[in-house]
Amino acid sequence: MGAVYILWLRELKRYVRSRVQILASLGQPLLYLLVLGFGLGPVFQQSGNGSYLQFIAPGVIGMTVLFTSIFSGIGLLWDRQFGFLKETLVAPVPRTTIMIGRTLGGATVAMLQGTLVLAVCLIAGFRPVSLASIPLAFLFMALTAVVFAGLGTAIGSALQDMQGFQLVMNFLVMPIFFLSGALFPLTNLPKVLGAVTKLDPLSYGVDGLRSALLGVSHYGVAVDILVLCVTATIFMALGGYMFSKIQL
Amino acid sequence: MIRVQNLVKTFGEFTAVNDISFEVREGEIFAFLGPNGAGKTTTIKMLTTLLKPASGEIELDGLNPVVQSNEARKRFGIVFQDPSLDGELTAYENMELHGVLYHVPRKIRNERIERLLKLFELWDRRNTRVKEFSGGMKRRLEIARGLLHTPKILFLDEPTLGLDPQSRNQLWTHVKHLNETERVTVFLTTHYMDEADRVAHRIAIIDHGKIVAQGSPAELKEQTSTESLEEAFLALTGSTIRDEKAGSIDQMRQMAKMWRR
Ligand SMILES: Nc1ncnc2c1ncn2[C@@H]1O[C@H](COP(=O)(O)OP(=O)(O)OP(=O)(O)O)[C@@H](O)[C@H]1O
Ligand SMILES: [Mg+2]
Repeated sequence: MGAVYILWLRELKRYVRSRVQILASLGQPLLYLLVLGFGLGPVFQQSGNGSYLQFIAPGVIGMTVLFTSIFSGIGLLWDRQFGFLKETLVAPVPRTTIMIGRTLGGATVAMLQGTLVLAVCLIAGFRPVSLASIPLAFLFMALTAVVFAGLGTAIGSALQDMQGFQLVMNFLVMPIFFLSGALFPLTNLPKVLGAVTKLDPLSYGVDGLRSALLGVSHYGVAVDILVLCVTATIFMALGGYMFSKIQL
Repeated sequence: MIRVQNLVKTFGEFTAVNDISFEVREGEIFAFLGPNGAGKTTTIKMLTTLLKPASGEIELDGLNPVVQSNEARKRFGIVFQDPSLDGELTAYENMELHGVLYHVPRKIRNERIERLLKLFELWDRRNTRVKEFSGGMKRRLEIARGLLHTPKILFLDEPTLGLDPQSRNQLWTHVKHLNETERVTVFLTTHYMDEADRVAHRIAIIDHGKIVAQGSPAELKEQTSTESLEEAFLALTGSTIRDEKAGSIDQMRQMAKMWRR
């Protein structure tokens, strides 16, 4: 228990101390929010879908949680490079415990970053339908964060160095983002695209966020929660397994 | 306390550790010496559950570290050759994290952290982030951290690398004290022969992944009819430099050595 806590705390300390990085990582969500939100806004409105800023804000929050949590998992590679990973791998603590501590730390950091972006959205003019649903939005952020922190840890454990990073970025993380419905509504999609979005865990995270913040849902809150919980369990188990196999 | 039989480790085509066998008795200070790239660190990694052997057997306090990894990890502490600190955390936080991972109760933990940081003259800098430390300060912190819990077996992989004479002296005095009072078994590597001569009860010399000699410092000198351990070492391993296979860390160390000359 102490081990989980101290490793969780370590991730948080590292996050809080990297102020420049926090600011830098707000850049991308801001771009999506402002450029797409205001740029595509008129087109979106004309097609009878309401305000695009309203629509895209939950998507941008989902994107932030996705990126931050995956990167926190892949941060394992830095710990490998700088040597700190060894220190935790020889400690008399089951590898699973180590993995849970650092992965939950990464998930928490992703939630904090998501919260920050939510605040930015509010400043930019985004208005949730009711404040009472904010806790539900946090639940979806948390679930999404755990799903992708687990996946990130699995990937980070499998990679030997930063070389595979670009590959993961272009062929996994970006597709997860673009195919999630973060940027477009899931209704009336071409068949193949519709099928693929159903396989993307982030679809359910973003859909959950939309239902919490906007009161509209494609799959329904119960389905969103269920799918995210199942995926979180699978990815955490996968991450734990891959982590236990690391050799230095 | 440690028993190794016919241990082999290969990386692809290359055999880093080639069928070695040795034994370290309880309460002994055992020095594992050899030229760069001989296979010392690789052996230590296998003993400490970081690497899986290709073949052969290891016994650590009666346990098999390959199968009973977690039980085995409770038995030892280690100071790595390569850096292993978290640069974003302070010296104190690095120590604390270690103490928690090794289940040192809070009260003892705080006392020991203070004592060790003072011993290695880092107490005044305890709230500084480690990335701002000098190389020697980082090394001292790693050593202090390695001594925070009292394990049954202590692995020290070139602990004095980059340390000034004062700190080296502190370290060996402390290690000998631990060995005498707590009967901690010590497994160390070093490239300073005078250190090995001074602290080790027994020595094994490894070259190209094979053990070429074993015995007390006196026995090794006698075997090779030499006056010092350094001469004995050179007699056993030859005097050509082993840099064909040297990794980046080795290269850095060789550069550092050249600069110091
Ligand atoms: N992960 C690895 N992949 C490939 N080769 C490796 C790996 N680790 C070590 N080696 C090789 O195995 C050999 C033994 O390395 P090792 O680190 O055990 O040497 P060492 O005796 O500790 O040397 P030094 O005194 O320089 O620390 C070296 O030739 C090294 O290049
Ligand atoms: Mg070595």
